[in-house]
Amino acid sequence: MSLHIPCPNCGSRPVEEFLYGEISTVPDSITDADARDVDRAFMHNNPEGAQIERWFHVFGCRRWLTMRRDTRTDEVIGTSWRGY
Amino acid sequence: MVIVGGGGHGLATAYYLATRHGITNVAVLERKYIGAGNSGRNTTIIRSNYGIPEAVRFYQRSLELYQSLEAETERWVMHKQKGLLNLAVSEASLRTERARAAVNAAFGARTDFVTPKECKEICPQLDLTGGGVWPVLGGSYHHEGATARHDRVVWAFAEGAMRRGVHVHQKVAVTGLMKEGDKVTGVETTAGPISAKAVVGAVGGHVTTLAALAGVRLPIRTHPLQAFVTNHYELAFNVIAASPPLLFYMSQTARGEMLIGAEIDRQPSYSYRSGYHFLQNCSQRALTLFPFMRNLRVLRQWTGVCDMSPDYSPIMGLTGVEGFYVTTGWGTWGFKAIPAGGEQMAELVATGKVPELIAPFALDRFAKDRTMADRGSAGTH
Repeated sequence: MSLHIPCPNCGSRPVEEFLYGEISTVPDSITDADARDVDRAFMHNNPEGAQIERWFHVFGCRRWLTMRRDTRTDEVIGTSWRGY
Repeated sequence: MVIVGGGGHGLATAYYLATRHGITNVAVLERKYIGAGNSGRNTTIIRSNYGIPEAVRFYQRSLELYQSLEAETERWVMHKQKGLLNLAVSEASLRTERARAAVNAAFGARTDFVTPKECKEICPQLDLTGGGVWPVLGGSYHHEGATARHDRVVWAFAEGAMRRGVHVHQKVAVTGLMKEGDKVTGVETTAGPISAKAVVGAVGGHVTTLAALAGVRLPIRTHPLQAFVTNHYELAFNVIAASPPLLFYMSQTARGEMLIGAEIDRQPSYSYRSGYHFLQNCSQRALTLFPFMRNLRVLRQWTGVCDMSPDYSPIMGLTGVEGFYVTTGWGTWGFKAIPAGGEQMAELVATGKVPELIAPFALDRFAKDRTMADRGSAGTH
């Protein structure tokens, strides 16, 4: 079974209707301004476990939603319109 | 030395450390069993028809090492040269294939630009009309494209390394890295600590987690990649066929199954779950050019998790942390790179000098704005 995303507006829809958007976070431990730019541009947290991410319902209501998902199992923990 | 990850790249690194540099005090640590990860889940294609000079040189080296691998290891890995046909179904992809052939010829890979008629001669099962939707406009033919049996490759390297004294530990997971100041001095494992002059991360899928233990940030996102095989077809499909614009690649296994792969799943994930949607999309596209497959049935489908780099090129070498090396970013193109990746990583770890062949693929290329963009050669996007 492929991933289904519960859109707060449209209900449960297949993942193919959505575009994935990552939330870029630079760790506070990186203090140098150039190093922060490189990290923001290229590096990923890529966590094994719960991740907060943004999805754009491109073939649906065309709104961005926020979702929590477990990357080990693709289990959707929850979605909302709100920020993170 | 400790190599984390008992897949093709880790075992090849151990093999070349033992055979080329006489270093046999090496432990290869594998969480499951050797070849359990992407080395056992790929579509076994060997090719060097890449789009940028640095990549053509590197993969050509790998392709040549594969050609002599059976003679060298005295193990049958079912290496078979078949040729690889890239099919263009749009003007843009036709230009890509023309450029590919030119870059390949200039940097040592044998690739010709071919007409639709020549495509049909190379692959008689091809429907040149593309089901009336995607007519074939031409393509490129990569003469030395080949396949090999993936787990036999893993076993050949493992056995060759072990015969020379390398220790391969299966079902041993790394739980932490030992550090002295900023330097990595060994690993903590489920079987106890091992101190080492060098720790090489050759992990597929979970490399971000390993690198984080050393304090290294990687430009990697882990995406699932699916593939499937059909039931047996007469042994008549003699070429590896692919279409970069239609996003599929297929070959026939020695058992007669048609082996087909396509694009990665869009969302980063560590899940090994495979899905019907992929099967539907992928076979729909493959059927436009190869209608004979309409009569075949799907036998097995599976998923691997791939380390995707932002420029679709691998990341090999130093990490900025002394004693810790990585070979990663193998995304959806790791199998073909096993021998050269192992050989070059072994040289780096043994001599401490970055070999010329892999210098362009260093991790610090992102900070230096020297990315090795080669998306058009991945075949999975």
